[in-house]
Amino acid sequence: MEEKQKPSKNRLTSVSLGTEVIFHIIIAAFSLACIIPFIFVVIISFTSEDAIKANGYSFFPEAWSVKAYTTVFDLGKTLWMALGTSVFITVLGTILAMVVTLLYSYALFRRDFKYRNVFTFICFFTMIFGGGLAPTYIVCKNILGMHNNYWALFIPMLLNPFNVIIMRTFFQSSVPEALIESASIDGSGEYRTLVQIVIPVSLPGIATVSLLNMLAIWNEWFLAQLYIDDVEHVPLQYLLVKMQKTAEYMARNSGKPGAVTASMPTESLRMALCVIIVIPIAFAYPFFQRYIIAGLTVGAVKG
Amino acid sequence: MATHVAASSGGKSTGMASTDLKKNLILCSMTLPGLIWLILIRYLPMFGIIVSFKDFKLPSPRATNIISDIFSREWVGLDNFGQLFSSPTTWQFMKNTIVYNAIFIVLGLVLAVAFAILISELTTKFLAKTYQTLMFFPYFLSWVVVSYFVWAFLSPTAGLWRDGFVNSLGMSAWYNDAKPWPFILVIANLWKNTGYSCILYLAAITGIDTSQYEAARIDGANKWQQIWHITLPHLRTIIIILFIMNVGRIFNADFGLFYQVPRGGAGALTKATEVVDTYVYKMLKDTINIGVSTAVGFFQNIVGFVCIMVANTIVRKVDPDSAMF
Repeated sequence: MEEKQKPSKNRLTSVSLGTEVIFHIIIAAFSLACIIPFIFVVIISFTSEDAIKANGYSFFPEAWSVKAYTTVFDLGKTLWMALGTSVFITVLGTILAMVVTLLYSYALFRRDFKYRNVFTFICFFTMIFGGGLAPTYIVCKNILGMHNNYWALFIPMLLNPFNVIIMRTFFQSSVPEALIESASIDGSGEYRTLVQIVIPVSLPGIATVSLLNMLAIWNEWFLAQLYIDDVEHVPLQYLLVKMQKTAEYMARNSGKPGAVTASMPTESLRMALCVIIVIPIAFAYPFFQRYIIAGLTVGAVKG
Repeated sequence: MATHVAASSGGKSTGMASTDLKKNLILCSMTLPGLIWLILIRYLPMFGIIVSFKDFKLPSPRATNIISDIFSREWVGLDNFGQLFSSPTTWQFMKNTIVYNAIFIVLGLVLAVAFAILISELTTKFLAKTYQTLMFFPYFLSWVVVSYFVWAFLSPTAGLWRDGFVNSLGMSAWYNDAKPWPFILVIANLWKNTGYSCILYLAAITGIDTSQYEAARIDGANKWQQIWHITLPHLRTIIIILFIMNVGRIFNADFGLFYQVPRGGAGALTKATEVVDTYVYKMLKDTINIGVSTAVGFFQNIVGFVCIMVANTIVRKVDPDSAMF
């Protein structure tokens, strides 16, 4: 990065200070707009419910409160189960996705693999054609039994051709073919070559694809909406969707006989849950930025 | 490639050929987990497309096996497609899909390239880095979370821009009126994705050989001339590739954006928020007519396939190295 910064300073001599100030204002405005909604939601989550009732959401609330968070933790079993589900599927899903992706990408990376073109086609054809949502839903639910279990939440995400492209490109740029040849002359088997030689030299690529998988599974809510009807297998993202639906349902039916208003999730409570979901992403953000930019640049240009 | 391998192994001893065979078998075994996954999750559903030619609303509770259930249903030819194209809402959601994507592609491109150029011109590198960090953040959030961000501003009971602002625009409430939604959806999409594309373009700009700028400066070119004659031509290839690839996906909408941000798109909003992907989903899970849902999905996939093939052919003409296949 340092090398790239120095020369750009040189060519900047021709932009006037005034112009650069305008540039700063434009970019800063957009950058702030990107982060302000999150800050706003954090503020709302710390606003007292009475202040919300009186004045609505505000950047400068009249009264602060941590009640939303204590209530979130009072959700008890529902919350811990959702958190547990999210963490479990993210960890297990990422590990399995990495095993599948690494093995497949390594085979596609080997130029001397006889069936390389066939397997490349089998994988990448799925990027341009598929059965569509309904047939996939029937296959996963009715044939493969992905219904109300953890499998449904990460099995459909195990292999992403895009990640195979990224992984293969990383292999191509970081593993010299001579290294593989010499390993095979030394009698190293393919699995040993992969584990002891290829993986250690392509760790940045592995970090990139792992983080992409992790992010995708952590942010996944659609699979839960498709395949999960019970309460035990709801991940955090889908808990948030369900709470919103409950609130809408309650709002529509409030005042009607039989409406249960007591258990209606409050506004600040849902915002607090929102913050809890974003926090792990925010903490992992420095890693994400570092590795994912590298991966996305590779993937987007070659993809 | 294949002929080369065959020729080289043919020329060697039989011992060499058997290690070759072993190596290929081992490499095949490595593809096995992925292959099984691809067959089950990606290729098996392709056969499910026959459902779009059958009268199949929902699985029969009496059938023990979904496959025999599907085969036992009556063939209805193109009825599911006919039902689709005779409905006026169909044209609405197809038009929405294409128009929204076209707007996203054009505005996304212009904004991201403009921001990338502006950032590359900043002398305060610390601030430039900070801007990038902030801009990239929304890309990492799910549409569920983003829908709450939008709600914080537009909620009818507590949102920052409730009553006054809405009334001045002559609307009842954000979530009951279709009129503002084209703008909300475009803004939400640009908000979430511009940072990401901006960083892609920025990576391309930092890769430009700086001696070209120095030479231009010595020749008396000002900054704008340098941007026009050096920076933009260097971005040309990546712009064209990303542009064409996006055009190839013009019939595929971002489901999360159109489903979560309008909060399920209550009846009043569908005119502005319904796209192919949300329609397919609603047909599958809400209306429950699996035959029609499959038919729409199939139609979408065919259009998408044609678009991508055309796009790829064009990319290959522009820059053969960047073609997908």
